[in-house]
Amino acid sequence: MKVLAAMSGGVDSAVAAARAVEAGHEVVGVHLALSRMPGTLRTGSRGCCTIEDSMDAQRAANIIGIPYYVWDFSERFKLDVVDDFIAEYTAGRTPNPCMRCNERIKFAALLEKALDLGFDAVATGHYATILTDADGNRELHRAAAWAKDQSYVLGVLTAQQLAHSMFPLGATPSKAEVRAEAAARGFSVANKPDSHDICFIPDGDTRGWLAERVGAERGVIRDLDGAVVGTHEGAHAFTIGQRKGLSLGVPGADGRPRFVLEVKPSSNEVVVGPREALDLAEIAGSRFSWAGLAPEDASIPIDCEVQIRAHADPVAAIAVVRRHATEDRLELVIRPTVPLNGVSTGQTAVVYVGTRVLGQCTIDRTVSAVEVSA
Amino acid sequence: MAVYLDHAATTPMLPEAITAYTAALTIVGNPSSIHSQGQNAKRLLEEAREQVAASLGAEPIEVILTSGGTESINLAIKGLFWERNTAEVSRPRILVPRGEHHATVDVVEWLETFEHAVIDWLPVDADGRIVLSELSARLGPDVALVTLLIANNEVGTLQPVAEVAALAAGHGVPVHADAVSAYGHVPIDFRASGLAALSVSAHKIGGPLGIGALLVARTATLVPLIHGGGQQRQLRSGTQDAPAAIAFGVAARHPQPSLVRLRDRVIAGVQRMVPTAVLRGDAVNRLDNNAHFTFPGCQGDSLLFLLDSAGISVSTGSACQAGVSQPSHVLLAMGLSEDVARGALRITVGHTTTDADVDAFLAALPAAVARAQRAGFADRRVGE
Repeated sequence: MKVLAAMSGGVDSAVAAARAVEAGHEVVGVHLALSRMPGTLRTGSRGCCTIEDSMDAQRAANIIGIPYYVWDFSERFKLDVVDDFIAEYTAGRTPNPCMRCNERIKFAALLEKALDLGFDAVATGHYATILTDADGNRELHRAAAWAKDQSYVLGVLTAQQLAHSMFPLGATPSKAEVRAEAAARGFSVANKPDSHDICFIPDGDTRGWLAERVGAERGVIRDLDGAVVGTHEGAHAFTIGQRKGLSLGVPGADGRPRFVLEVKPSSNEVVVGPREALDLAEIAGSRFSWAGLAPEDASIPIDCEVQIRAHADPVAAIAVVRRHATEDRLELVIRPTVPLNGVSTGQTAVVYVGTRVLGQCTIDRTVSAVEVSA
Repeated sequence: MAVYLDHAATTPMLPEAITAYTAALTIVGNPSSIHSQGQNAKRLLEEAREQVAASLGAEPIEVILTSGGTESINLAIKGLFWERNTAEVSRPRILVPRGEHHATVDVVEWLETFEHAVIDWLPVDADGRIVLSELSARLGPDVALVTLLIANNEVGTLQPVAEVAALAAGHGVPVHADAVSAYGHVPIDFRASGLAALSVSAHKIGGPLGIGALLVARTATLVPLIHGGGQQRQLRSGTQDAPAAIAFGVAARHPQPSLVRLRDRVIAGVQRMVPTAVLRGDAVNRLDNNAHFTFPGCQGDSLLFLLDSAGISVSTGSACQAGVSQPSHVLLAMGLSEDVARGALRITVGHTTTDADVDAFLAALPAAVARAQRAGFADRRVGE
C-alpha cells in the first residue's frame, strides 16, 4: 500500500513510520504545519507547531529513508480546532482539542488529501489497535500498552476513516519499548519528552491563553442556594469538578470542600457545591458516531463501559440510542452503574465493549444522580 | 534518474569548477600572509576576482567577495542606508518594489524596525514589473537608496534597471541591484549601468555554494557589516576563501549557454498539455531559464509532491518557512488572489537540462494536475 506517515517530530510517529516501511508499504513522511507562527523553537515538550519538531521529523524520515514533506494545515487547524476550542469554552463547555484535531484534521482533511493524492492509508503514532472481524469489518480497540492507550481520542473515527488508518504501535506493550526501538534505529528523538497538554498553548497556561482571547471579567461565585460565596476573574477559567483555585473566603455551611458544579458564561457566574452534587446518573449526546460497524439495533441497551476523559478509568454502563424526550432527534444515552462525576457538556463520552471502541458522543445533556436545588 | 528542473534554486557545479575547486584545496597559504606561499594564494585569489569582475563588466577592485547573495544584499542595503544617514543628514526612505526576494524584504523591514527607516513600497504591474512613474514621483532628497531585482526570481520578469538607475541618478540616489537570479542569464555591464552596488551568487552559475560577490562602484561608499582584518576595501573583513573564489572564477568565465529553446519548449508544452494553466511574468522580457505557471484549482505543493513522486524536481517558487509554502508575495503583489497564487509552479532549466528532461516533465504533468485538482484545497477549507 501507499502509506502517508503523519510525523509530528516525536518518537512515536517516527517509530510508526519505520514500522510501516518494514511491513512492506511504500511510505512517505508528512509533517503537518499547524501553527500560524512556525518560527518558534521548542521551549518545553510541545507536540507540534515548531521548527524544531519539523526538523526532528525530517531527520527521522532521513534515517528511515523515506521522502518527507511539510503540509500546511494551519488555516484549517485554526478554524476547526483553535477557534472551536475558544468557542466551546466561551459557551461554558470543555472541549478536547486533540479529539477535534483527529476528527477534523488528521483523519479528515489530511486523510482526504492523502487519498486524493493517491495514498491508500494514513499511519500515525497513536497507541491503539485496529482489528478486522471475520467479515472484513474494521474495529478500533485499545492498545496493548494500557497506560499509553489513546483509543479514547480516536473514538470519533468512523468505519470509513478506520478503513484508511494504520496504527503501527498498537500491539507494543510499552512506551519504553518504543523508545528503545527508536534508540536502536538511531533516531535523535528517542529520548524526546512526551507531548502533553494542548499543542497550541505553548506554556501550558490554558487560563491565561483563554483570558487573552476571550477577555476576563470579574464575576460572582454562588452556591446551590444562589447565595454569593465569592468572586472570580472570568468564568471561562473554570471547569466542572474543579476544586482548586476557587479562593472562597467563606467556608461551606457544613465545612466541607466545594467543587465547581456549573459554569454560566452568559451571566459570568460559577456555581459551587458539595462533591455529591457532581454525581451524574445519565449523560447523553446527539452528536454521536460508531467506530466501525454500527450495532444492528442500537435501540436495544448495550452493556458497555464509558470513559469520559483521555486518562479516566472506564466505568460500567448501559448505552442506548433513543429519541430525545422533547425534540425530534436521536441521542446516545449512557447510564453508568455508579455515578460519574466531574463531567461537563462538551466532553466526549467514549463507549467500549471490552477492548473495543463501540462509538462516542459529545455530551450535551446530563442528569444529576441527586436531588439538587439549583 | 531524477529529472532536475529547479536550476533557479541552485544549478549543478560545472565539472571544470569542481576540478579547479578540489585542486585549489591543496593550496597552502593565507592570501593576507606576506611570505611567498601567501603571495601565491593571493595571486590565485586575485586572478579569480578579475574573472568575476570581467563577467560583470566591473573592475576587480569593485568585487567584494562574500558568503553569497544574501550577505551581499545585506551589505549593500544596510551599508548604503547607514552611509546615507549620518549625524548631519537624515535620509530615512528606502524605495523598493513589491515582490522582491526575501533577502531584500527582510533586510528593509529590519531597518524599519531597528533603524527608523521608512519603506516606500513601489507598486508592480500584472507581470511584476516596477511602475516607473511611481518611482519617479517618489524620488527625493530624503531617499537613502533604491533597491530592486534585475529579474524576478519567481516569475522571471526583467526589470527596467537602466531606466531606474537613470531616474535615481537625477536625484543623486544610489541604486542597488539584486542580480542573483539574473547572473548568467542576462548580460550585465556594471560599469555602464550607473548602479552603486550589485549582488551575485556563485552557485547560480555553476560555481560552489557559500560564495558570492557584491560589486561596489569605485565611487560608492558604504558602512561594513563585518569588522576585523580590514580585507577587501575594509568592506568585508575575514580571511578570504581562495579555493571557492577560484572555482567561482572558473564558473564566471565559462560561457553560459542560451536556454531559450528549452524554456520555450517547457512553456509551449505546458500550454498544450494543460490549457487552463496561466503563464506568469512577462511573456517576452523574462529570464531565459524560467517558466512559471499557475494551475487553477490546484495547490502548488500538491503538484510539487506528485511530480517529485514521479522523479521530477520543480518548485512552487515561493519562499518557505520550515518547509511550508506560503502563497507567493510576488504573485499577490501582481494582483493575484491567494487561491490562484497557491497554484504556482516554477520550472527552471539549466546547463544540464536535456530535451528528454523536458519530455519527462511534460509527460508527467497532466496526471499530476488532474490529481492535484481532485485534492484541491481540502486542507484549507472547512468542509462537511
